[in-house]
Amino acid sequence: MELILIPLLAGLLAAWSGKYAKWIALAGSISSLAFLIFLFRGFNPDGGFQFAFNKPWFFTGMHFHTAIDGIGMVLLLLTNVLSPVIVLASFGKEKNGALLVALIVGMQAALNGVFMSMDGLMFYIFWELALIPIYFITALWGEGNNIFRTTLRFFIYTFIGSLAMLASLIYLASKSPNGMNFDYQSLISVKLSLKEALWVGSGLLLAFAVKIPLMPFHSWQPDTYTEAPAAGSMLLSGIMLKMGLYGLIRWFFPLVPEALHIFNPIILYSGVAGVLYGAFIAIRQNDMKRVVAFSSLSHVGLIAAGLATMSATGLKGSMVQLFSHGVNVIGLFIAVDIIQSRFANRQLDKLGGIAKFAPVFSVFFLILVLASTAVPFSNGFPGELLLLKAIFTKNIMLGVLSGLTIILCAVYMLRLYQFSMFGQTGENISSFEKLKWHEIAALGILVALVLFFGLHPQTLIDICGPSVEKTIELLSNTMGEVK
Amino acid sequence: MNPISMIILLPLAGFIFTGLLGKKLPEKITGWISSGSILAAFVLSLNVFLGLKSGSAAFYTKWFTFLSVSDLNIDMAFQADQLTSVMMLVITGIGFLIHVYSIAYMHGDEGFYKFFAYLNLFVFNMLVLVMGANFLMLFFGWEGVGLCSYLLIGFWYSNADYGKAARKAFIMNRIGDLGLLLGLFLIVHQFKTLDYAPVMQQIKTGGVNPEMVNLICILLFVGAMGKSAQIPLYTWLPDAMAGPTPVSALIHAATMVTAGVYLVVRCNPMYSMAPAARELILWVGLSTSILAALIGLKQNDIKKVLAYSTVSQLGLMFVALGVGAYTAAMFHLITHAFFKALLFLGSGSVIHAMGGEQDIRKMGGLKSAMPVTYWTFLIGTLAISGMPLFSGFFSKDEILASVFASQPLAWALCVGSALLTGIYMFRLFWVSFHGGFRGTEEQKHHLHESPALITMPLAVLAVLSLLGGLINLPHFITHTNAHGLEHWLQPITGESQLNRAMPGHTEELILLSVAILVFISGFFFTRFKYLNKGAIPEGDESLKGAGKLLSDKFRVDELYDSTVVAGINLSGDALNKTEKGFFASTMAWVSSGIGSLSALFSKLQKGKIHFYIIAMIIGLILLLVYNLLK
Repeated sequence: MELILIPLLAGLLAAWSGKYAKWIALAGSISSLAFLIFLFRGFNPDGGFQFAFNKPWFFTGMHFHTAIDGIGMVLLLLTNVLSPVIVLASFGKEKNGALLVALIVGMQAALNGVFMSMDGLMFYIFWELALIPIYFITALWGEGNNIFRTTLRFFIYTFIGSLAMLASLIYLASKSPNGMNFDYQSLISVKLSLKEALWVGSGLLLAFAVKIPLMPFHSWQPDTYTEAPAAGSMLLSGIMLKMGLYGLIRWFFPLVPEALHIFNPIILYSGVAGVLYGAFIAIRQNDMKRVVAFSSLSHVGLIAAGLATMSATGLKGSMVQLFSHGVNVIGLFIAVDIIQSRFANRQLDKLGGIAKFAPVFSVFFLILVLASTAVPFSNGFPGELLLLKAIFTKNIMLGVLSGLTIILCAVYMLRLYQFSMFGQTGENISSFEKLKWHEIAALGILVALVLFFGLHPQTLIDICGPSVEKTIELLSNTMGEVK
Repeated sequence: MNPISMIILLPLAGFIFTGLLGKKLPEKITGWISSGSILAAFVLSLNVFLGLKSGSAAFYTKWFTFLSVSDLNIDMAFQADQLTSVMMLVITGIGFLIHVYSIAYMHGDEGFYKFFAYLNLFVFNMLVLVMGANFLMLFFGWEGVGLCSYLLIGFWYSNADYGKAARKAFIMNRIGDLGLLLGLFLIVHQFKTLDYAPVMQQIKTGGVNPEMVNLICILLFVGAMGKSAQIPLYTWLPDAMAGPTPVSALIHAATMVTAGVYLVVRCNPMYSMAPAARELILWVGLSTSILAALIGLKQNDIKKVLAYSTVSQLGLMFVALGVGAYTAAMFHLITHAFFKALLFLGSGSVIHAMGGEQDIRKMGGLKSAMPVTYWTFLIGTLAISGMPLFSGFFSKDEILASVFASQPLAWALCVGSALLTGIYMFRLFWVSFHGGFRGTEEQKHHLHESPALITMPLAVLAVLSLLGGLINLPHFITHTNAHGLEHWLQPITGESQLNRAMPGHTEELILLSVAILVFISGFFFTRFKYLNKGAIPEGDESLKGAGKLLSDKFRVDELYDSTVVAGINLSGDALNKTEKGFFASTMAWVSSGIGSLSALFSKLQKGKIHFYIIAMIIGLILLLVYNLLK
């Protein structure tokens, strides 16, 4: 509950407080993290859903019900660790800075709500609330002539997905034995025929597939990432798309186990297709942000495919990787933003040789690039290892195909780094304005996370492991297909 | 602290220290601290080695659990057994010499501290590779050394061509790494563990599916192809010469590129039950050895000749592995590390004196100006060409004898490769060190012997190249101390080696005579051509036919560019077009279809945004409050 209120109040306060806004937002964002850490100290990974808060809301059958289990905890940690970083990274933005940081922390509040909801309708409300700040961030601070079109497209896509999800949730709730009931436990215990499950599942899957995004529902993503302001790209790619992945684990698999033997192969193939599709396109991009955008498409495809294997390795690998991907992709967007803010340019063919003037920055950027390339000792490696192993065990052919990512990713990531940092000095590059303290802080935190989870990914697995096992057990009880 | 942990952490500490503080410290301090950390690791490694020698069990230490997920249970754990200890001595020993050499060689470079930081990081990763107690730790080091290789090849990053070479090395290695990774997945699938000990144990007890083991062996070898530059993944190594010369000596000759050999030796119980995989290794190794030696005949860049020579010698090691002669491969790995590091460092000394010139046609007559470099280079050349009693003679002979016993045809081809080795090496030697000087007046004036920090490591390596054969003398020389290395590695390769066919006594003497004959013909052929007749190698332009083909390296790079690279780019472009065209047009259709919504939103846009946002937030709060009060 406090996890929603703290950042919300901070956001509200910040919106009115002019030049102090960024400090208030940062304080609020960090307080939320501090409160989460306080909760975490009393958190028991084996204890299922904890810290429950439950009150009737609006009408019978709907509750304001929050609780945290291991899976939710990983996502809450992700949200609350990364939000302050995004606030920090946005410190330098002049135009309407107060409103921007206010929206970022507002987003943090909504996301916290998403990851704690134990009621279908409440989940839907927070899911939609999270969309509003990001819509404004993109529309108001975005660049490019098409920003309005792009934002609209993004909005339509996600909105249609959300409506389909709402319809599915309502249908499920109405099937409850004692009248309309949106409670999570009640929703997952509803039995459906295969036909019903296919309809309901399609509705839910549409919402999640758009958000993740899974091919072919991704076409809103590259343009939105590219044209959104840095903070928007970070929120979207780092945290918000994890809503879709989280949705699959929590609000899709357990709700329609009857039809998973049909849905899962679709997700699996579409995920692997996304891995290759994103990678091949990323290799040929000139705009640094587009390289990152398509690399993100490639990476999340792998996570989704890992989820669809329905194995402990795949699910735990997904949890590790969605955390790591959040850290790395935000880092890359910050790096691109730093380059752009200094040279007003992020086209690879016009850049080059920056490393000569920016020794510190080049090290930060290199570590983030290597982490995205899943080099061992970085956080990108363990997740990718588990995911590839899970996919390989499920289907050798798909395992080999998705394994190509370790080659292709090296191609586009090194290209990204070398064409900007190494080689001949690009035009207009003759110096590098020293990194500001908040830039160093943001990059420093991310690099510390890269190294820590690169060495000790087991931390995340210990947190989410029992909850993942429980989910798999639940599914294997309700559907014969799984194993 | 545990000595094993110390050995690994010392270079890491060196890396952190030089990386963070090196920029502010004088060169001498940075260089010596960095070298000192490797020396300390060497001393500790020696201690471990002596400990093992006096009969103590293999060292093992576990730091913590890296990952534990269902059937995958991986510890951050390290070990030192007989095989590892040999590798540790080579890595830290030669590593130390090359660090010292670099203090003089890299003097004045603006990236001096960075160079030493990378070098330390490399040694750390290389130690992780050989000391890891499971396949995943090996993979950690494996990728880590690839990363350092990338950083060091592209060390002079302002040059875009160097950057390209670095990228090529990293990506080609990653192709191999994918094979290795898939091999690891199959190992988990088959053995339910990645730890060496239980895997090898299960193979000994039997009941393992041989088809599966064969597949695993082939996949691991794909990894080895990338790292150890075997056909078809060898083209990155000659390009890797873009890095500073000490890097070529340490990474691209003595240590990293031999990781593939180490991997196969480490898994020898598996390979012993996978004859098909070994057959593949034998022929890939043999083809690589001959192909690279042929290309080496027509290269005029001193480092390129040595690079192709390295590829060729690695091929020879794989030939040995292919016939199951694991100790022979290890023996050649060690002696090759000595003489190839020596030759590379010698070439560095030459390049240094020539003011950066690497073309042997512009050298000549360096003998008088650089006596130490000359004599040590001569020893290296003699060792690699198989001059009797030099280290390379013994190790190559060991391989040839083993190959002869199982595959006479392969033996004949190996002899051919050995002959080519003598020819390209002595061609290099005569042309650069004898005859008259062919460089500019300025270069001639500048010619000088290198400082002691450079010549000392050369001298040490020369002694090792000369005497390295002592570690594994054949029976016909001594009966009491024969095959020292083989006995030492018995705990690792024991059972595999016992089943190996070896030639009889008379046959061995005949083989020996052939080897000596090969050496002599290579020596005198080139001596006649390049010393007596004073021939200078032609440039690319004047070459025709076969010579041109060799000089162009069989145009394999061009082949790869026009197929694989072009293929990837084309697919990327095609998909990009699809993305832009198909998806964008459907979207345009969707958004125009919802034009009314669009109009609504543009009104919203023009309106007071602040107002809407705040209204929304207040609404949300009202909801929350309503709920709380109810």
